[in-house]
Amino acid sequence: MSYDADDEGFTEWRDALDTDEPYYLECENGHGSLPPRRVCPQCGSRELSEAPLPETGSVETFTVVHVAPPQFVDDVPYVTALAAFGPVQITGVLRGVDHEDVETGLAVTATVETTETKDEPLVVFRPAD
Amino acid sequence: MFAEAALAALDDAGVAREDVEALNYGNFMGTLAEHQGHQAPLMAEAAGLECPATRYEEACASAGVAVRNAVQSIRSGEHDVMVVGGMERMNNLGTVGATEALAIAADELFEVRAGMTFPGAYALMARAYFEEYGGSREDLAHVAVKNHENALVNEYAQYQRELTVEEAMESQPIAEPLHLFDSCPITDGASALVLVSQRYAKENDVDAPVAIVGSGQGVDKMALQDREYLARTPAATRAAEMAYDEAAVSPDEVDVAEVHDCFTIAEVLALESLGFYDVGEAVGAARRGETTAEGDLPVNLSGGLKAKGHPVGATGGSQIVEMTRLLRGDHPNSEHVPDARLGVTHNAGGTVASAVVHVLEVDR
Repeated sequence: MSYDADDEGFTEWRDALDTDEPYYLECENGHGSLPPRRVCPQCGSRELSEAPLPETGSVETFTVVHVAPPQFVDDVPYVTALAAFGPVQITGVLRGVDHEDVETGLAVTATVETTETKDEPLVVFRPAD
Repeated sequence: MFAEAALAALDDAGVAREDVEALNYGNFMGTLAEHQGHQAPLMAEAAGLECPATRYEEACASAGVAVRNAVQSIRSGEHDVMVVGGMERMNNLGTVGATEALAIAADELFEVRAGMTFPGAYALMARAYFEEYGGSREDLAHVAVKNHENALVNEYAQYQRELTVEEAMESQPIAEPLHLFDSCPITDGASALVLVSQRYAKENDVDAPVAIVGSGQGVDKMALQDREYLARTPAATRAAEMAYDEAAVSPDEVDVAEVHDCFTIAEVLALESLGFYDVGEAVGAARRGETTAEGDLPVNLSGGLKAKGHPVGATGGSQIVEMTRLLRGDHPNSEHVPDARLGVTHNAGGTVASAVVHVLEVDR
C-alpha cells in the first residue's frame, strides 16, 4: 500500500540516522523513546528533549524473513532485527552479514538505505567495525 | 457466514430473535479485504436482528473485546440478551495480501517499514525466548502437533489433519525460527454466541449451564521495540489477574484452557502469562504431554488457532463457544475433561499489545 500521509517527526528522526547527529527523545526522568511523541510512553512526562543516539547498538533479537509483504517481496530473504542503542530499541533490517552468522549481541550501527523492492527508505543495521 | 453462525447460536440457546437487545460484532480487516466498512448493521440485518449493532476492532482480539463489553453491558443491567461474535474473510486476499493486511495490526512506522511481518514479530519473540530461557524448534513443533491432533474430531476445524513433529520441523521457513507449521492458517470464518443475564435465563427457562464468571483485559506498548520484555506478554498477565480476581479463582483451579496460538510460541507465552507455568517453563509443556488431551491441563482441545483456524475478528468468540461446549459436555473432545468445572480463554491482539481473558464456569 502507498500513503500520502505526512510522517512528521518519524521521517526527520529516520533521516538523522544518516547524519552525524542521530538522536532519540529523552524525558526528564531519563527514559528514552523515538518520535513522534508528546508524552514519554514510560512515565507520562511531557518534558521531552532530543539526546544524541549512541553510535553503536547491540542486536537483541532477529528473524530471517522468507515470506514478505508486497513492499518487500524482492528483498527476501532478509533479516529484521531489534537492536538496543542505549535506552532505546530500534527495529531495522540487518545487512552485511551472512544470515547463518547473525547472533544476538552483535554490535551494529544504524543508517538509512533503501528497499530492493520499491526503493523506499529503510532503517538498516550494519556490523560496527 | 456470520448469519450462519448467529442463527446456529440462537437455535442452540433457544432464545427468540425479538429478545436480542444488541449485537457486538468483531471484525479486523473487512475494510481492506472486502472494502466494506460499517459492517455491524449489515451483519445484524443478515442475522435477522433488529437491534443496535456495533463493530469492535482490536486486531486478533476483536471478538474477545466484543464479548468482554457484552459481559459488562449485561452485568450493568443495561441489557439482558445480546448476540456476540465476529467474522473475517481473508482468503480472497491471497497469502501476500493477507500478510500485508495482517501487518496493519503492527506499528506502521517502526515495524512494518522495517519489513516486520506478523510471523516475523513472533519470530523475534521466539528467538528472544530461546536466548533467555532455552527451548527449541522441536518443543514448538510439539505444540502444533498437539493442536492438530485435537482438531481431528472437531467438525468446525479448518484442518482435521494429523501432523508429525518431523513434518513440522521440515516445513518451509516463514520467518526463522518459525516455519510454516508454527503458523496458524489464513481463514474465512465466523463465530457467534448468545449471552443472557441470570434473571432472563431464570424467567424464560433458558438452559444456560455455563457462565462467564471473570473477564479481564490488558494492554502493552504497541511496538516490540518499546517494550520492557521481548519474551513475556504482560498484557495477558494483567488480563488474567483481573479475570481470576473477578471469578475468585486461582490458576491452579483451572481445568482446561483455550489460548491464542496464532504461532506456536504464542501458546507458550500464553501459558506463562495465565499463571499455569513460571516464566521460562512452558516451552516444553506439550512435548512433556502436560497440555495434551490426556495431560493434566488440556490446552486448545478445539485445535486452537493452529488447526481450528484463525478468522481474526471471529476468534475470540469461537474460543468462548468451544469452551462452552467443552464444559457442557457436548464437544467431541469433552470426554477428555469429563469433570471440568473451570475453563479459561485467552485472546490476544497484535503481538499481545491487547489481551482479553475470560473465566467460564459450568454448573454441574
